[in-house]
Amino acid sequence: MGLWETITGRTRPKRANLDSLFLVPSAAITLETAAGLTPTGDGSVCYRAATGAGFHQTQDEIVSLLRSAANAPDVQTTADEFGFTWLQVHREPDDPEGVAGLCTDLHAVNTTLESEGFGPGLLCSLVPFSDPSGRRVGLVYLYKKGTFYPFAPSGPKRRDNLLELQVRDTLKAELPIEPELSGWLALWGAPGL
Amino acid sequence: MARSRFVGDAGLTVRMTSVMFLLGALFVALVVGLAYAAGGGLGILIGLVGIGVAVYQWANSDKVAMRAMRAREVTPEQAPELHGMIDRLCALADMPKPRVGIADTPVPNAFATGRSPDRAVVCVTTGILGMLTAEELEGVLAHELSHVAHRDVLVMTVASSAGIAAGMLTQGARFGGLGFFGGRRDNNGGLPVWLVVLLVSLAVYAVSFVLLRLLSRYRELAADRAGAYLTMRPAALASALQKITGGINQIPQRDLRQVGAASALCIAPAIGGVSLKTLTSTHPSLEQRLEQLARIQAELSRPSA
Repeated sequence: MGLWETITGRTRPKRANLDSLFLVPSAAITLETAAGLTPTGDGSVCYRAATGAGFHQTQDEIVSLLRSAANAPDVQTTADEFGFTWLQVHREPDDPEGVAGLCTDLHAVNTTLESEGFGPGLLCSLVPFSDPSGRRVGLVYLYKKGTFYPFAPSGPKRRDNLLELQVRDTLKAELPIEPELSGWLALWGAPGL
Repeated sequence: MARSRFVGDAGLTVRMTSVMFLLGALFVALVVGLAYAAGGGLGILIGLVGIGVAVYQWANSDKVAMRAMRAREVTPEQAPELHGMIDRLCALADMPKPRVGIADTPVPNAFATGRSPDRAVVCVTTGILGMLTAEELEGVLAHELSHVAHRDVLVMTVASSAGIAAGMLTQGARFGGLGFFGGRRDNNGGLPVWLVVLLVSLAVYAVSFVLLRLLSRYRELAADRAGAYLTMRPAALASALQKITGGINQIPQRDLRQVGAASALCIAPAIGGVSLKTLTSTHPSLEQRLEQLARIQAELSRPSA
């Protein structure tokens, strides 16, 4: 934040960085080969729903856009206890479009929100992975920082930190990983985890 | 091209910068006035002392305010909901997470302090936790985080340095001057130097007091704005403000005096002003704040094309 913004007390809402989301498909292949973690076919975008008609109209447009495609995924929205909305997209794991299709769906959500002026409300997007032993880890993308981090819940309010660090080291070369561990926001009860 | 629902408030910016310019000019006037009345060295010395005290206050603002409000810092384990809320707001705003404090007092209030965004503390009272819904509390926290992002503690302390210097001079000159004011009584029948110093510093103090309160009100409006845009729910902050201001007026005066010191950085003023209310209150009126939030609400809910 600059001197002028400090003096005038005027912070503009931070814009979301949307581009890095397309790095997820190649990261998914790396995770599968190096750590045995496969995508569950879920994906979600977490955002703050603004009050009023404008936002509801936009959200309805997004949902109908996703559902109108030829190979349409399952789409649903839920609200969490912090007042954020999760728009969930589900494609079966054997879907030919796979994670790439999922990322295109998520990107469609982002760009529509952004173009209607709701970009500052985007919090994160989440792509969950699981391995045969049942461990789950979500790859979380923080829109405002443009970085990724892993989130692996191992029970109520418990995180599997070793798995998270392992995922970080596996993906270090491919994704911009959030360097501050304190910025690895816990997302308890996130859909798909 | 992505559209933006953010509407700037040019009027507020202009008013705020002019007030800050006037405060700077006031500081220069004090130094020059003193240099003229009592010698250049003294003017500069007083100026430096004023800045020094302001810097000291700024550097220790977190400890002082936390002690004045009898607040304690809480860990994520002790207050998971509060921390979770602040975590998300900080991720949304892309700012470092401040420390979190809770003050055990029934007065519903919240404040932010600390010398920089990296070392800030956001503190809420148990009164506000019990009174507000989660959504309203989030609005209040977003307001406080905006104070942190705008570095309001720094701005307000720097802005108050002229007032601090003038206040100290008034104290000194009241007793006929410190030793060094007495040295130049030979100014050919004019006013005694100590009297000139007293008059100058009293005038500076009074003007600085009014300007600071004005600046404080503008910073509150700016924080309301930024907070409403962060949560995208101006209505939640509006209903929180209505509840809090109503609640504060109901609390007995004895409790209010206890928290008076930290009032300038609170979400709503803890002292009910009576006379000269518009000139001397640290916070804008509820009507003014609600009016601004209503404008933001209208912009956010405007249907697309």
